[in-house]
Amino acid sequence: MSAPGGRAASAPLMGRAAEPSLFDLSEPGRLSASFRTSGLPEWSLADLVPEEFRATEPVQLPEVAERDLVAHFTRLTHRQYSVDLGSYPLGSCTMKYNPKSCDAAASMPGFADVHPASPPSMIQGWLEVLVELEEALCAITGMAAATLQPAAGAAGELTGLMLMRAYHDHGGERRTRIIIPDTSHGTNPASVALAGYEITTVGTNERGSVDLRHLREVLGPDVAGMMLTNPNTLGLFEEEIVEVAAAVHDAGGLMYYDGANLNAILGVVRPGDMGFDIVHMNVHKTFATPHGGGGPGAGPVAVREGLKEFLPGPRPVRLLSGSFGFETPAHSIGRLHSWHGNALVLLRAWAYLRLNGADGLRSVSDVAVLNANWLKERLRGVYDAAYDRPVMHECVLSAEALQKETGLRALDVAKRLLELGFHAPTVYFPLIVHEALMIEPTETESPQTVAALAEALEQIANEARAAGSATDAKAAPRTTPVGRVDEARAARHLIATYDQRDDGAQG
Amino acid sequence: MNVPEELFYTSDHEWVRPSESAVRVGITDFAQDSLGDIVFVELPTVGAAVTKGGALSEVESTKSVSEVYAPVSGKVVACNEQLRSAPELLNSDPYGDGWICTIEASDPAELKALLGPEEYRAVIDGQ
Repeated sequence: MSAPGGRAASAPLMGRAAEPSLFDLSEPGRLSASFRTSGLPEWSLADLVPEEFRATEPVQLPEVAERDLVAHFTRLTHRQYSVDLGSYPLGSCTMKYNPKSCDAAASMPGFADVHPASPPSMIQGWLEVLVELEEALCAITGMAAATLQPAAGAAGELTGLMLMRAYHDHGGERRTRIIIPDTSHGTNPASVALAGYEITTVGTNERGSVDLRHLREVLGPDVAGMMLTNPNTLGLFEEEIVEVAAAVHDAGGLMYYDGANLNAILGVVRPGDMGFDIVHMNVHKTFATPHGGGGPGAGPVAVREGLKEFLPGPRPVRLLSGSFGFETPAHSIGRLHSWHGNALVLLRAWAYLRLNGADGLRSVSDVAVLNANWLKERLRGVYDAAYDRPVMHECVLSAEALQKETGLRALDVAKRLLELGFHAPTVYFPLIVHEALMIEPTETESPQTVAALAEALEQIANEARAAGSATDAKAAPRTTPVGRVDEARAARHLIATYDQRDDGAQG
Repeated sequence: MNVPEELFYTSDHEWVRPSESAVRVGITDFAQDSLGDIVFVELPTVGAAVTKGGALSEVESTKSVSEVYAPVSGKVVACNEQLRSAPELLNSDPYGDGWICTIEASDPAELKALLGPEEYRAVIDGQ
């Protein structure tokens, strides 16, 4: 008998009682820490802040002891699901396990305690890491140079679009449209709008790839470029990518590679060889920073030779003397970050690349793709594959048939899966697949864990088919600290602030 | 799936209710069911000129944001202001209180090109 796969159902999640807020726990006069023996001189607020800037009433802040504060946040963390707790197959998000050694590197005082304004002579080690990271990212993507400044993927997209504009402006051209496929991540159209371009959507063919004929129809002299992931958002490799790139290039546009799905192709194929001109990478995702919940991330953008002069600056560079310094490209689009990017996230990526080496990176992608394909085949006949062909690092299944048969929707599958000890997959994305379940097991999950995940997904479908209804799953989740939330009501009546005057009920 | 006999339809799942002066427009039962719980509706501006097939309004559900296309060209003469505070009307009463706007159609030929209930049923059966 093989080892049991890791399910988080055994996690010591606490009961269903709501955790009180810090305001509820507050007692007037209670302190967390006192520095009364510090010996430092004391200043009166009146000497430091002019009267017109001083509050007339004290701000109502919670007053709790350190012991209660730590217990509060620890109780909250025990109610969370995380990559450190179990499988997190949230498609498109690459929620892989992150090696602790990469975190350890980022905790070293020589890296962590350095001020970003330090002169280059004092931070040669840091600059060497950043330059080596840039070189490694260029080797992985087949590009000539990269900026490490963008704060994450969406910032990388904006950077890429600004580079496109700078490139065309420099050539005296005014181009106004960006083409994106109808399967794209929502950030793509948002970035296009933010950059001031118009969006043209191109359709998907029956094999789940860009519809080349439609693309040729919508191309024109006003097209600045096309944004694409490969593998695409359906988890499928764009087989006609060379033709797609050639069509865009023939129209004078540039090809932008959204690195969201880079985890599938490390050491296998390079975006540069597919015909892409600009590439962003979510290094927090593909490499080694725990992510989700708002960051920080890092979204380096690499470009081919002819675009290097437009990159943001100043850039860490290797000087002729062998030491390291900063340089701003001739026609730089300027800064994308107040300093040099989210440096500790970049450091984790560097550590991850050193830890794996070229052969290790290749096996990261090989195993990610193997796990996704195994899962897709294992669930054949349980859920329907949106497009039945070999997938890359994730597979998009559909619960549409089950929904018609039993009423079980993708959302119910996701909620019931929580009870069985797994994080939910992404649901209802990409938008062109009805009742979509987008599952990305990642390479860090063992065959036993991927098998246990498949078994849980099969169990959910079987329960509904046996009962002829989805009543049971619709009550899920019943074992988590928070049960089924009313997502529609939460969105219709959003309360994003805590109002003490009304005891938090309104905001 | 409810497809009322007295209405006209588009293959993008909008419905049109013709009357003397203007047509009333909304999304179909099939559309609201596919979208799921609708949480926000961006209404067109009264007085705005719209073109058949162009963007008319945007509907956001817990699953996605979708555009509603103008089924006919013309001028927007009224909007269902109730949807601003009660977007759920699109789910509960898509052909009634969940109407989106009325358009003064500029080209009667476009009305004739809309789908009848039978044709629209064939569209949704194919999806």
